[in-house]
Amino acid sequence: MIRTDIFFMYLVVMAGVTYLIRMLPLVLCRKKIENRFIRSFLYYIPYAVLSAMTIPAIFYSTGCLLSAALGLFVAVLLSLFEKKLLTVAIGACSTVFIVEYLMKLLG
Amino acid sequence: MSSKKLFLRGIKDGFPICLGYLSVSFAFGIFAVGAGLSVWQTVLVSLANVTSAGQLAGVPIIVGGLPIIEMVLTQFVINLRYSLMSVSLSQKLSPRVKLLHRLAIAFGVTDEIFAVAISQKEDVETPYMLGLITSPVLGWVTGTALGALAGDILPEMVVSALGIALYAMFVAIVIPPSKKNHSVALCCLLAVALSCAFRYLPVLKDVSAGIAIIICALVSGLLFAWIAPIPDEEKKEPSDNGSEGTGKAVAT
Repeated sequence: MIRTDIFFMYLVVMAGVTYLIRMLPLVLCRKKIENRFIRSFLYYIPYAVLSAMTIPAIFYSTGCLLSAALGLFVAVLLSLFEKKLLTVAIGACSTVFIVEYLMKLLG
Repeated sequence: MSSKKLFLRGIKDGFPICLGYLSVSFAFGIFAVGAGLSVWQTVLVSLANVTSAGQLAGVPIIVGGLPIIEMVLTQFVINLRYSLMSVSLSQKLSPRVKLLHRLAIAFGVTDEIFAVAISQKEDVETPYMLGLITSPVLGWVTGTALGALAGDILPEMVVSALGIALYAMFVAIVIPPSKKNHSVALCCLLAVALSCAFRYLPVLKDVSAGIAIIICALVSGLLFAWIAPIPDEEKKEPSDNGSEGTGKAVAT
């Protein structure tokens, strides 16, 4: 087991770095940015980040590729109909569960 | 809207995140105890950091007693994407949000909380953000504790099904604006293509996941800011703001 004082040294550094990265831009950028290019960049960034994080990672987020792919399909379908976040999340989770349950049943 | 209503709306919007976090942090709990941390240490790591990738990378550094500078660098690189999100979120926070509140909100800037906050139509206020942050953080810490205490308490199939929750939520955030604004859709497709390249192509796949995300986002964001800039603030009245404007026009 790691000594408590050493653990806390690592924890403080770890959490400190993580917090500073989040906090500094939020506190330093207090004015609305006027520059059109920067505003456009900040408009696109969230969608780019989320897309890059989702694909291909989503295919490895469940027990097998098939359940993940069908889960993604259902999520895309529900999102196209602009369902709420929770609905989409539950729809995808249920799909994965049902697919994996059926696969287990069928061996 | 009153503060209490805003807070409750935040809680409601944060609930799917909480659900997703339960499963991810559950896995982290199992991992950290397996790696050699005690239960309370594992829970403290989750409470103090609230970040999946950073924690996964940080635990082996603690357990292995690696140089502290390695902790600084790893956390810096993996979590650097949060600074992009914080810059973006700084533009979304209402000017009424005070410094002290910003310091508190900063603690909760995660991929998912950021994504929900930024997808709001109006500027966001402090009570909404606090509500939005509360249940995911509770879920994150609770899931970690459960995983750390009893790794096999949940059936494997339930854990597996919950694993897709966060990604499904990302899909739900990205698709509606993509439907209304083709530039957003193309920007997302480019980010996806780059992300796949970093996953599967030789040499590129050796780049750490944290850096890969930053590169994908920067390249796609910069390119589309250049070729498809959003309308100027002055023109906000007739066309509102970028895709949201077209969205409302379609809806009405």
